[in-house]
Amino acid sequence: MRLVLENVRQQFASPGKDHGSVEVLKGCALTTGDIQSLVLIGPSGGGKSTLLRILAGLDVPTGGQVSFDGTPLPRDPAGRLAWRRRVGTVFQAYNLFPHLTALENLLLPLVHVHKLSRSDALERVFEPLTRFGLAAHANKRPGQLSGGQKQRIAILRALVVEPSILFLDEPTSALDPEMTAEVLEMIRELRDQGRQLVLVTHQMHFAKRVADEIAFVADGQIEAHGPVAAFFENPATPRLAHFLETVLA
Amino acid sequence: MNARFVQRFAAHAAVTMLFTGLVWLAASRVDYEWNWAGVWEYREMFLKGWLATVLISVSALVGSGVIGVVGAVCLQSRNLLLEAVVRVYVELIRGTPLLVQLLIGFYLVATAVGLENRYVAGVVILSLFSGAYMVEIFRGGLAAIPRGQHDAAAAIGLSRWQAFWLVILPQAARIVLPPVAGQLASLIKDSSLLSVIAISEFTLAAQEVNSFTYSSLESYLPLAVGYLMLTLPLSWTAGVLERRFHYES
Ligand SMILES: Nc1ncnc2c1ncn2[C@@H]1O[C@H](COP(=O)(O)OP(=O)(O)O)[C@@H](O)[C@H]1O
Ligand SMILES: [Mg+2]
Repeated sequence: MRLVLENVRQQFASPGKDHGSVEVLKGCALTTGDIQSLVLIGPSGGGKSTLLRILAGLDVPTGGQVSFDGTPLPRDPAGRLAWRRRVGTVFQAYNLFPHLTALENLLLPLVHVHKLSRSDALERVFEPLTRFGLAAHANKRPGQLSGGQKQRIAILRALVVEPSILFLDEPTSALDPEMTAEVLEMIRELRDQGRQLVLVTHQMHFAKRVADEIAFVADGQIEAHGPVAAFFENPATPRLAHFLETVLA
Repeated sequence: MNARFVQRFAAHAAVTMLFTGLVWLAASRVDYEWNWAGVWEYREMFLKGWLATVLISVSALVGSGVIGVVGAVCLQSRNLLLEAVVRVYVELIRGTPLLVQLLIGFYLVATAVGLENRYVAGVVILSLFSGAYMVEIFRGGLAAIPRGQHDAAAAIGLSRWQAFWLVILPQAARIVLPPVAGQLASLIKDSSLLSVIAISEFTLAAQEVNSFTYSSLESYLPLAVGYLMLTLPLSWTAGVLERRFHYES
């Protein structure tokens, strides 16, 4: 994928009663090479999730333009729905559907969005469930799964529809170290299979391993960006240097 | 059958018997001449009235359920006009007694629009009355669904309608089940007020039997039992459904 951001801005109504607004993204600009995976890092509150939601077609920016491989992201509801059906998104809090079993969570997009028959859908999910060691948990509800199992099911739910790009927002931030390892392992495997990824993470070592390019999002802007090796060796700004020092310590 | 269940059943039976005993004690102290034979003559009136109450309640139950869901969805629609219509409706209904609504609704509105069937008019007014409370219950249920569920539904590519039907409503239904069951029990009891517009339902039947036989207790005790025969199964069913739909969220 070749991602281009031009002056991307996002404003939200401010929480107070003053009818004002806060600008969360203040003109993000970025041009990547033709890469398989992009990792976003940065201090919390810097705007990573806000940016990822725009890329995933969940929110519309108040200004600027985003394009993937030369095609601008649609701004109209129908166009955005079509985009969301082509890509996959994984959230920090899993957001599995608690009233459905793990299996039904996976079948839902296949049957209702991509119009597979139930038996075709079952066939499609069987192999990945087994490969990622989740087959034994298929008939459990999310409430009965561990955090790591929930997140792996959530990744599968995004994956079984064969998305052209997978967006992941801090997929391991709510997990303890052991479960973090199992989820990271799964993501690494996807990367090795050639899946295109845009990933927000605080796991720097992992970022180094899976990223083709890294972007540093701070205070609503892309403050630094580049291929992995150079990015870590010569931090482009003092803030990035300081950030890397803190998280790598 | 476990011990806990048996204990609970025994406790309920004991308390029920205690209350029945108290009623019997009260009846025996008022030096009352029982005349069950006179009332037995009119058993068919009771049965017809009871069936009318069942029919009216079930119709108004469906009506108020539909009003509740549609009204709650309107409140979430961010359409100012729809929102205003629902808010004004809810406040008007909840701020006035059902008796007043029945009299105005039947003698003024129904007559003005040429609705002559008093049963239909009664069901409509009762549905509108109970529907106002249902709107509030469903609004609360919809508001209790976390934002992440809406995000996940959108992310997997569900349309807004699919998201509502497949993800939001099933979860909201579980939340609103107990208050809805309570509201339905109220609805059944409130249908007794339809007697003021001369609808031959259960309460009117008892009043008529009383005026023929001058046996008020014998007329009104069956009335209490008849309503309990509707409301008790309702709360049992609600309890069973609540347990069946239970999942850890
Ligand atoms: N819907 C919203 N309304 C108002 N403010 C928001 C909204 N979403 C995010 N923000 C604010 O935007 C800032 C950036 O948030 P976020 O994108 O979640 O940062 P990050 O993911 O880098 O931690 C935060 O200060 C957050 O409070
Ligand atoms: Mg975030």
